Amino acid sequence: MSLLVWGASLVAGLLGALTGLGGGVVVVPLLSLVFHVDLRYAIGASLLSVIATSSGAAAAYVAEGWSNLRVGMLLEVATVTGAICGAALATRLPAQALSVVFGLVLIGSVALGVLRHRDGGEPPGDEDRLSRWLHLSGSRPGPHGRVPYSVRRVPTGLGVMWIAGAASGLLGIGSGALKVLALDRVMRLPFRVSTTTSNFMIGVTAAASAGAYLARGFLDPALSFPVVLGVLPGALLGARLLPRARGPALRVLFGVVVTVLGVEMLYQGFAGRT
Amino acid sequence: MDRGPDLWMEKLIGRLLRAGVMLATALILTGAVLFLARHGGERPGGRTFHGEPGDLTRLSGIVRDAAGMSGRGLIQLGLVLLVATPVARVAFSLFAFTAERDWKFVVITLVVLAVLGYGLVAGGP
Repeated sequence: MSLLVWGASLVAGLLGALTGLGGGVVVVPLLSLVFHVDLRYAIGASLLSVIATSSGAAAAYVAEGWSNLRVGMLLEVATVTGAICGAALATRLPAQALSVVFGLVLIGSVALGVLRHRDGGEPPGDEDRLSRWLHLSGSRPGPHGRVPYSVRRVPTGLGVMWIAGAASGLLGIGSGALKVLALDRVMRLPFRVSTTTSNFMIGVTAAASAGAYLARGFLDPALSFPVVLGVLPGALLGARLLPRARGPALRVLFGVVVTVLGVEMLYQGFAGRT
Repeated sequence: MDRGPDLWMEKLIGRLLRAGVMLATALILTGAVLFLARHGGERPGGRTFHGEPGDLTRLSGIVRDAAGMSGRGLIQLGLVLLVATPVARVAFSLFAFTAERDWKFVVITLVVLAVLGYGLVAGGP
């Protein structure tokens, strides 16, 4: 049983990394729908795997100088506050309600993925006042030394980050897709700076919910160890394979799978079969 | 704005994160081996939610169980260490921003630490 959960978590981590959605979004419905684990244990185990993946991957990115630590720290004020509210809600809501919300988030992330299209490189433009006051704008590694970029629309970014934090605390996921949306599309950071900074923030955000999960008995060691030990290597492997796996076919296939999981989670919630 | 001074900080933070994850993984693996040797075929978690036994929901109980070489206790201690890794990263940033005399960011980091502490120690609202 533990071995099956481990294998499934490995695949979930791999797919989560390859598609940019993250392991938690895949592993929670998998545990709940396929292994019939109570949703609250699934959410708890997923949260821990999200922390492991974030720290493991950040160790590499941060040392390369991609992540913007100042932007990350400022936005963490919003994500940890949101996460505490989300976790407080998660420990009070019935499992059916959590299942319905999870289903909606899954379908929503597919929609976000479909809508996501990148317009080319942004020239350095206007910073906003908050960004200038806090010296948020930074530079990224480039072929001929570091390339500067500016940071915009910080207040809107903080708002989106609060929502991302709340979703993370409520559902035990990393909310990476939403965090990247805020950094990349709202605040206009370069794409790779956005993804590495988002990854960096995910662990701190998830740690804020862990206290509530631990105190309410969401963290089951017997379930958590195969999930954490599976998702972590799966995600790290996925991140390594990513540059070579750029087929749209993979995205479409994964989009279909996640949509089906989302509909199943909705059905499970409404039918009261959690 | 030049981020030169932050670069030393990034290298150290990278090392801190790697060490935390590796130590936590080692603890979880050790606990998993002990646990599987005793309860290999059991169903993890289970269909019904009953919470965890009291000693696995508090740090003092987890440390006591882990010291007694209980598989679950060791896994849970590894999981707690995993959670502590990003928190340690924030705490380290506090020293780094202080060393750079970046007082605005010292305050911002203190706010993040306070909210994290509230969530981890009091379990949130």
